Amino acid sequence: MDPEGQVDTTTIEDAVGKFGGARDRLMDILQEIHRRLGCLEQQTISALSASLRIPSAEIEDAASFYSFFNRAPKGRFHIRLARTPVSLMKGADDVARAFVAATGAQIGGTSAEGDFSLDWAADLGMADQEPSALINGAPFPALAPSDVRTMVEELRRNRDTTNALPLFPGSDASGLKQSRIAINLLGPGPVLFGDKRSGDGLQKALRLSPEEIVKEIVKARLRGRGGAGFPTGLKWRLCRQAVAETRYVVCNADEGEPGTFKDRALLTLAPDLVLDGMTIAARALGARQGVIYLRAEYAYLEAALRNELDKRRNDGLLGANIGGVNDFDFDIRIQFGAGAYICGEESALLESLEGKRGAPRDRPPFPTDRGYLGYPTAVDNVETFACAAKVIERGAAWFCGFGTAESAGTKLLSISGDCPRPGVYELPFGTTLNELLDLVGASDARFVQVGGPSGQCVGAKDYGRRIAYEDLSTGGSIMVFSAQRDVIATALQFTEFFADESCGWCVPCRVGTTLLKQDLEKILRGRGTLADVRALESLARSVARTSRCGLGQSAPNPILGSMRNFPEAYEARLQEEEFLPRFSVLEASAEAKSIQEHGLLDVEER
Amino acid sequence: MAKPRLATCSLAGCFGCHMSLLDIDERLVELLDLVDLDKSPLTDKKEFDRPVDIGLVEGGCANDHNVHTLRQFRKNCRILVSVGACAITGGVPAMRNMIGLKECLEEAYITGPTIEGKGMIPNDEDLPLLLDRVYPSHEVVKIDYFLPGCPPSGEAIWFFLKALLTGREPDLPYRMLKYD
Amino acid sequence: MSDQDFLITVDGMKVRAKRGQTIISACDAAGVYIPRLCHHPDLKPAGHCRLCSCYIDGRRASACTMPAAPGMVVVSNNEELNNDRRVVLDMLFVEGNHFCPTCEKSGDCELQALAYRLGITAPSLTYQWPKREIDASHPDVFIDRNTCVLCSRCIRASRDVDGKSIFGFSGRGLGMRLNIDSETKLSDTSFAAIDKAAKVCPVGCIVIKRTGYRTPIGRRHFDKAPIGTDIEACEVGDPE
Repeated sequence: MDPEGQVDTTTIEDAVGKFGGARDRLMDILQEIHRRLGCLEQQTISALSASLRIPSAEIEDAASFYSFFNRAPKGRFHIRLARTPVSLMKGADDVARAFVAATGAQIGGTSAEGDFSLDWAADLGMADQEPSALINGAPFPALAPSDVRTMVEELRRNRDTTNALPLFPGSDASGLKQSRIAINLLGPGPVLFGDKRSGDGLQKALRLSPEEIVKEIVKARLRGRGGAGFPTGLKWRLCRQAVAETRYVVCNADEGEPGTFKDRALLTLAPDLVLDGMTIAARALGARQGVIYLRAEYAYLEAALRNELDKRRNDGLLGANIGGVNDFDFDIRIQFGAGAYICGEESALLESLEGKRGAPRDRPPFPTDRGYLGYPTAVDNVETFACAAKVIERGAAWFCGFGTAESAGTKLLSISGDCPRPGVYELPFGTTLNELLDLVGASDARFVQVGGPSGQCVGAKDYGRRIAYEDLSTGGSIMVFSAQRDVIATALQFTEFFADESCGWCVPCRVGTTLLKQDLEKILRGRGTLADVRALESLARSVARTSRCGLGQSAPNPILGSMRNFPEAYEARLQEEEFLPRFSVLEASAEAKSIQEHGLLDVEER
Repeated sequence: MAKPRLATCSLAGCFGCHMSLLDIDERLVELLDLVDLDKSPLTDKKEFDRPVDIGLVEGGCANDHNVHTLRQFRKNCRILVSVGACAITGGVPAMRNMIGLKECLEEAYITGPTIEGKGMIPNDEDLPLLLDRVYPSHEVVKIDYFLPGCPPSGEAIWFFLKALLTGREPDLPYRMLKYD
Repeated sequence: MSDQDFLITVDGMKVRAKRGQTIISACDAAGVYIPRLCHHPDLKPAGHCRLCSCYIDGRRASACTMPAAPGMVVVSNNEELNNDRRVVLDMLFVEGNHFCPTCEKSGDCELQALAYRLGITAPSLTYQWPKREIDASHPDVFIDRNTCVLCSRCIRASRDVDGKSIFGFSGRGLGMRLNIDSETKLSDTSFAAIDKAAKVCPVGCIVIKRTGYRTPIGRRHFDKAPIGTDIEACEVGDPE
């Protein structure tokens, strides 16, 4: 909206026109408008509603869901700081204070002259380089409080006014060295980062029948790398068998599990392998269109990925008659998320792809039956597609030579936290936590969070356990916590994450995650009793049992896991009283005291 | 054998629950055969001087004096019962909870349409301090039983007390379980 | 029993189901009540409230969304499931601002009725006291979001039955609210008191004006019998 209060209809019409006014491309349209205007105000939504001829309530339903859509104007530079247990252990609070001091903006606010807005954000996918931030979408890893003043001055001098929120201001500002993000590939493994000849897998696939491709994937015992471990061959077969005019291949690049950044490494270092895998899947399924759903936090990967797609179109690896095979037509587009962890869940991802809020769907029907736009859809993780390409290139037998009986191949792990060598490691399934901790040099790990907040908290007595679907299953997030870390404080930070990211669709997750957070806070503040701990555990189990999707079902894991592994941490904080209120009378009456200006009655304080 | 002792109080409530207790009519005589009434607005006894078996609490905690009274009841009553919507949910007094204390007081005493001339927020030192919001009794002390209703009917109160005094679980039958 | 019909087992009872029927609709037809709040027989299921969460062939799932299949074994009535239902109801009571004594819907409210049925005397969770907006702009209908349970009945009814899409959600998580298809107020929309969306609210959020207290407190639906006694009596919000 310009200062006269007029809605920028040209921008809206342009955005609508660019996507053919299609309702199911609402997310793209909103993204386009947001990029140009810097926010989505109510007047914008109303104008868009008129232009698309759909009710504004439907647009608001989607737009208000995503944390990366600003609903009011922000400063020229929008700084989002990662607030995670790992970023906090690396000093995110100090960096935040430095930003507040240098910009004059408070967290959650905008500086007076309108140059800077500061916000906390969930994990930005740089856990090995915390504290990190995104500034207008550009990544700034490994920040130190001492860097901040120079950065802010540099940004202040940047007067690029072509966009309300100029993208990547750091890319042409020489002083901002941080804007280039490192890929700490410290442990390249034999499957994904062995030899990186591209196209071999796809060339082989072109010589196979679709059924032969599926058979090879089944033979390789390839399972989903996102964490759930569904057999990929079976998924592709179900999708293939569903009767439909067309099918879709969707690459889940929403890598949102805190502590994960291995898909960013794959998309940066081996995008051809991922795109090969998607194209092979298209061949196997009979799909004509693929979509990469890329998390908003990785918007800076867009240009490189688009180049890669263009190159493949020029090389005849995308488009019509791929590799000279008649009627094998397939292309891939990129669609962005907008800051919602839940969209990593495949059915929520599909809702988001269709231009809606990212609320998971009820199953059945499963996406392989009715997925994107109602057509059979195979949604697979970035790493799964890369593995599929290698399976076809080198054969199922070769692939099964790595890993364990139930978990074939290797796993990309994103390792962060209290260790000298955080980064991406490709390790065969079956690797124990002990071996892994040796690799990263973590000598005093008190516990390891395997699989992110939704995964498991593993204590030292279980470091003999193995990374494998049959033991410790993980999408790749491994966070190491040393002896000095507080188990309950960490569990609270993870629980807060779920409360922030709950989609709100179902009651137990929407309300329960916040109640779990508040109840754990009470214990952490030293106001918890044995009855409180029992009630918390019981509530956690109810939330896990009744929630609609994996988010709510696993949101109690940090609490239940820490209770199981570290009961002594809870015992140490318990108060002897049978009952303690959540609030203190002193605090609760402070406001009245300042209003009424006199003292407390004789109330014994607790 | 001495009769069980019963105490009652009204915190941030309207005394409607006490009125409802009196609504058990002639069964009051039967009640007084079963219990001795101790500290209560009905006896005007000001302080506890011995342990009491059952305490009935009407109303939530709106100020520090309410908290003080409720804690005295918890300390002196073997079984503490939260009676009525205000004790259980905060009730009508808790309708200020979504507004904020300052805004609420300003509306009531300074800016509201019924204020004539220059208003002021009462600040006599004998006034108890309001809490940031009205708390239901179970967020302040441990409560053993809840008897909902606004007010609970005389019939429900009688059923409840009789069960408690005769050693049965006071599970209200469907027709007596009311929130209104 | 037609060729299309088959049997499922619910709490040990045989229940006849048709292809395409959900478990809850098969059970309703057979007079077997599974507690529910967001489900409405005239609307597409949405799976919000989780009160109908049952063990279906050994796995937890919502009976309102799960299609019945031959031989399915459903457990709905056991202590764990009913306890979880109490917890979910408890959550709803502390999430919103529910003042039953002053609510016009009291006695006809499905949330309250479910709590009565499950024997809840008081919430045990922590009150959240959220700030919720009221909209009294419409000549015939009043919206009090304090009691909204975000069941989406009005959203589904307005979109799928009335063809108006007057309602939607805004926000997410605990910040989620019922949103109106207007920049300012309900009276700017084409909403009408005869809309399906005006009749399906299970709580006191969408109330028809000038109909208040026609039936005195104490003589309302759930004063007479627990919810689920007569499964057909779902649409208690209908003023007719």
